[in-house]
Amino acid sequence: MSDTHSNTAAYVRDTMLPQKAPPSSQVGAVRWVRENLFSGPLNTTLTVLGVLAVYYLVANMGPWLRNSIWNANSLSECREILAGASGACWGVIKDRWHQLLFGFYPQDAYWRPVLTFVLMIVAAAPILFEQVPRKLLWFSAIFPGVAFFILWGGSVWFPVFVMMGFVVGYAAYIALQRVSGLVATIGALAVPVIWWVFLAGPIGDLFATIIPIELPHIASDEFGGFMISIIIGVTGIALSLPLGILLALGRQSDMPLVKWICVGFIEFIRGVPLITLLFTASLLLNYFLPPGTSFDIVLRVIIMVTLFAAAYMAEVVRGGFAALPRGQYEAADSLGLDYWKAQRLILLPQALKISIPGIVNTFIGLFKDTTLVVFIGILDPIGLSTAIRADSDWNGLFWELYAFIALCFFIFCYGMSRYSQYLEGKLKTDHR
Amino acid sequence: MKKTVFIGAMTAAATLVAGAASASVLDEVKARGELNCGVSTGVNGFSAPDSAGEWQGFDVAVCRAVAAAVLGDPKKVKFVTTTGQTRFTALSSGEIDMLARNTTWTFSRDTDLKFTFAGVNYYDGQGFMINKSMGVSSVKELDGATVCIQTGTTTELNLADYFKANNMKYEPVPIETNAEAQQQYLAGACDVYTTDASGLAATRATFADPENHILLPEIISKEPLGPLVAHGDDQWADIVRWTMNALVAAEELGITSANIEELSKGTENPEINRMLGSSDDDLGGMIGLEKTWAKQAIMAGGNYGEIFATNIGESTPIGLARGLNALWTQGGLQYAPPFR
Repeated sequence: MSDTHSNTAAYVRDTMLPQKAPPSSQVGAVRWVRENLFSGPLNTTLTVLGVLAVYYLVANMGPWLRNSIWNANSLSECREILAGASGACWGVIKDRWHQLLFGFYPQDAYWRPVLTFVLMIVAAAPILFEQVPRKLLWFSAIFPGVAFFILWGGSVWFPVFVMMGFVVGYAAYIALQRVSGLVATIGALAVPVIWWVFLAGPIGDLFATIIPIELPHIASDEFGGFMISIIIGVTGIALSLPLGILLALGRQSDMPLVKWICVGFIEFIRGVPLITLLFTASLLLNYFLPPGTSFDIVLRVIIMVTLFAAAYMAEVVRGGFAALPRGQYEAADSLGLDYWKAQRLILLPQALKISIPGIVNTFIGLFKDTTLVVFIGILDPIGLSTAIRADSDWNGLFWELYAFIALCFFIFCYGMSRYSQYLEGKLKTDHR
Repeated sequence: MKKTVFIGAMTAAATLVAGAASASVLDEVKARGELNCGVSTGVNGFSAPDSAGEWQGFDVAVCRAVAAAVLGDPKKVKFVTTTGQTRFTALSSGEIDMLARNTTWTFSRDTDLKFTFAGVNYYDGQGFMINKSMGVSSVKELDGATVCIQTGTTTELNLADYFKANNMKYEPVPIETNAEAQQQYLAGACDVYTTDASGLAATRATFADPENHILLPEIISKEPLGPLVAHGDDQWADIVRWTMNALVAAEELGITSANIEELSKGTENPEINRMLGSSDDDLGGMIGLEKTWAKQAIMAGGNYGEIFATNIGESTPIGLARGLNALWTQGGLQYAPPFR
């Protein structure tokens, strides 16, 4: 056969041709650009518009950023240095960064909020990451008292004995459990209240006189800046999740009274804007309290913000419960688990996992909503930017202050968002 | 004392009963050792924190003078920041002892809201700022102009009244804060910016090109700004009113922070002696204060003229002329009743 072939064909290639490079339009950057940026008339138009927008931004912001001035003590000094050119006057941040971060907290005590912040990270670590040793959870448990003592100062015994209320409640629960479960639950709630109202104060005072360990007291009105945003935000976040879960469970409860209370609370809080609640905290409560009683304004705001976030959280968590198939409830029942065990071991873990994006959404919203306190005269970063502008040196500056505030908020909110993505990835057990 | 704040939170119910006994404001302030003074969250020249966190300004100086008169130390003030919405509630609920927050003295605030105005520390009025290139020299020529105006203020109502009375039309550009107004005005969103003349002067001083903007000569409203206290404690109102009077009288009598030590040793002028406590009359005792209360108040920041000059006067960036706020002997309205 091969002979026949050699007779009929004039030329037979007996070696492979070397591979040629693909056409230039099909490789590397050119191909990527063609496929991703100029694949059709619509995309080409959008690309051109996008490039123009970026160019416009750079052309306008570029000189402003390039001419940044850090060493100036007033806006007029900045203007003198710039001599008519456009430029950012970051001198205001250099001059006032400490106020934007700490408000009017005494300067020689800045170590206190910084230390609290570091401890907060330590306390949050075992809750956020499972690689961290579990024993650290004990520190997380006492952290609220530690933070209160470091930030506000005063006698160490006061937060100690307030925290002791929880220990007392637990002891009461254990002791009364022999009587009956219901009595134990009531006791666990009532005994700490009695402790706080009647005993914690006097005993705290007694210890304070015997063993005086204390830091100089710093009042809430000296708090401000990002410190106040973080205090309100973190406390609100930490308290609103458990409260929201309880409300969500209550709303699904078979007991009419519990259900009505929870539904009423959630619908009422969701029906009013946060700013209304803040005004209630700042204005209305004053009329109910007798003159001369100063019920700490920061505490009032924290309570209101927490209640507000808890109502939203309840609905987010309820969404998680609603997504669970009926079979999960029945499976828990068929195992003979009681209500709390069924919730804790089977239903809640699944419901919470589903709700992670919604929960983090609420957290981020809550953190940013803390800026609303500016309307009741608390100097958060936005409020301080007004106060700083009221100084003749810096009157007329806007972008620099807002850019700094936006950057700080972005760092926190982006961090939260990244963590939620990490958590979702880690808890992913399905095989979609 | 310090802890009561938080115990109060825990035991709100218990404190409700305990704290109900009311004492006079003076006794409360003395017992507390601190004056709670409501100020604004920041008005250029009137109240603003400096980079060390110390409050400075024309309204702040009133707080300091009262604290010095009552407690002997101008530093013993707790400045409570209030907004336009929270200021009156804070005062009537007793959260603050006095309010010094460029608040206009009006009939309804004095009567219906149950406050006592302790005097006027700054006579202001609503003015107009325009760009010079508009070529306008009077408000009467502003028919059809777009006007930047803060919503919910008396200035908004004054503007409507004035334009209606002169049969002119305008297009309002509603804004929330002075900062926003500056941006809108500079961006050309409105031809005219109207607010208190002192605020306009302060705003104009921050512009990169102040020479291109002018304040029109018309002042269309009366805005007497002054400190106020709640009804129900006349002695406290007297203390604030006469502290202010002492500052004005000191300027009239030539008492300054420089010569007050010298003068308080005794002078030829019996009124100075009575004020500074170097005569036999004990004026301070009549209002529950020390004999040297006025001396302490004047030493806090100087007399009225000195306070004006340091905070908002012509040597400051704000550069306000005395105008209506000059002494009555110099054609102004500042006038203190005799100390006798």
